[in-house]
Amino acid sequence: MEKSEIKAFIAKRCAKELKNGDVVNLGIGLPTMIPTYLPEGVELIIHAELGIVGAGATPQPGDANYDPYHVIDAGGGVASVAYGGGFIDSATNFGLIRGGHVDACFLGALEVDAQGNLANWIIPGKKMPGMGGAMDLCVGAKNCIVCMEHTAKGNPKILEKCRLPLTASHCVNKIITEMCVFEVDDEGLIMTEYNPEFTIDEIRAATAAHFRIAVSLKSMLH
Amino acid sequence: MAKKPVLTAAEAAKMIPEGATILCGGFLGCGQARAIVKELVKLGTKNLTLVCNDMARQTGPMGEEFFGIAELIHNHQVKRIIATHVGMTPEVGQQKNEGTLEVNLIPQGSLAECVRAGGAGLGGVLTPVGVDTLIEDSPLCLGKQRINGKDYLLMAPIRGDFALLGTYKCDEYGNCWYKGTMRNFNTVMATAADTVIAECEYIVPVGEIEPENVHTYGMCVDYIVEGDRK
Repeated sequence: MEKSEIKAFIAKRCAKELKNGDVVNLGIGLPTMIPTYLPEGVELIIHAELGIVGAGATPQPGDANYDPYHVIDAGGGVASVAYGGGFIDSATNFGLIRGGHVDACFLGALEVDAQGNLANWIIPGKKMPGMGGAMDLCVGAKNCIVCMEHTAKGNPKILEKCRLPLTASHCVNKIITEMCVFEVDDEGLIMTEYNPEFTIDEIRAATAAHFRIAVSLKSMLH
Repeated sequence: MAKKPVLTAAEAAKMIPEGATILCGGFLGCGQARAIVKELVKLGTKNLTLVCNDMARQTGPMGEEFFGIAELIHNHQVKRIIATHVGMTPEVGQQKNEGTLEVNLIPQGSLAECVRAGGAGLGGVLTPVGVDTLIEDSPLCLGKQRINGKDYLLMAPIRGDFALLGTYKCDEYGNCWYKGTMRNFNTVMATAADTVIAECEYIVPVGEIEPENVHTYGMCVDYIVEGDRK
């Protein structure tokens, strides 16, 4: 698979996780591509931690709702509210997150492990961007789905145990990469789907954690 | 009800002494009292503690040089920050590494709730967010408790000497209405400081903001400043 196709492939598979009316928070980068691939008839309520419940498409300069001083997203880009959406303050908004009112959050990882622990907010001594809303989302969303490239520069990101400081423990339900889909249960990782472009041995070599293979293993392409 | 005093941004900034703790509403500068911040930069008031989601932006939406409190960081006027994300202001990391800035990062929902607690008379917040993470070592984390088999962190309430709100419309009684995503942390910060200054784009007559649409109540606001219109 070409490098440029990988993100779209992962986003497309993530889109299958969603059903009509789901409240979804999308992390920056790859997750924001997911709405492009939604099946017909599936409309989401996009939750934005900056203060939108029901975010809309990104407005362009000249659009009536282009308002870079008053309606932005958590990356600082211009945002919009969808028809039927609303604005919300941060305390109420994070009450919704912690309270389990968000069906799913999709986010990337620096490391994720076999116990469902996630590290994605700090590399000590190097980068200190901060956790923003990630810790709240991982703890509070009903489903926490990691979507990312399987390795970083050839190094596994899926580990037996995270080495970096955690974002949250025992929070990840599912990991979706260009190679496979892992579900996380009490016993660890179980591969439920794989991309037939890769062999099981290649997936094992790229994964630094033990995993089981589901009896009902399917192709990611269907 | 009484009308609230209207100050210029410069007069408001002069009220803030060195060493003050300021709750700054705003998210990446949206909903921030940017005109008052500009005046604070001119005054050079030092040793400030800023409580804000982030340190705003070094470049504004239209290419403005500095957008919000990033300029206070740039100008070395800040000794401590409590924030959730500082990835867009690399100077924060530099000053932390140089040992001139104390940085306390806490989860975004915890920041909102700690400030809410500070303004709502609560002794702290019990949240599951941050368990098993570096937050357990934060000076804002007072301990850990197990309730019904689940772990929670006890987070300290946060209050400020001043709160600077960035609102859209403010009426003469201090009632505020926020446009779009300006609301963010402003509504809780309005309750959690000794002196609350609402910077708005438009001062409007009482009644123009419908009672159902008041986001920050005038009773919480001490002074009003009319800032730039965008």
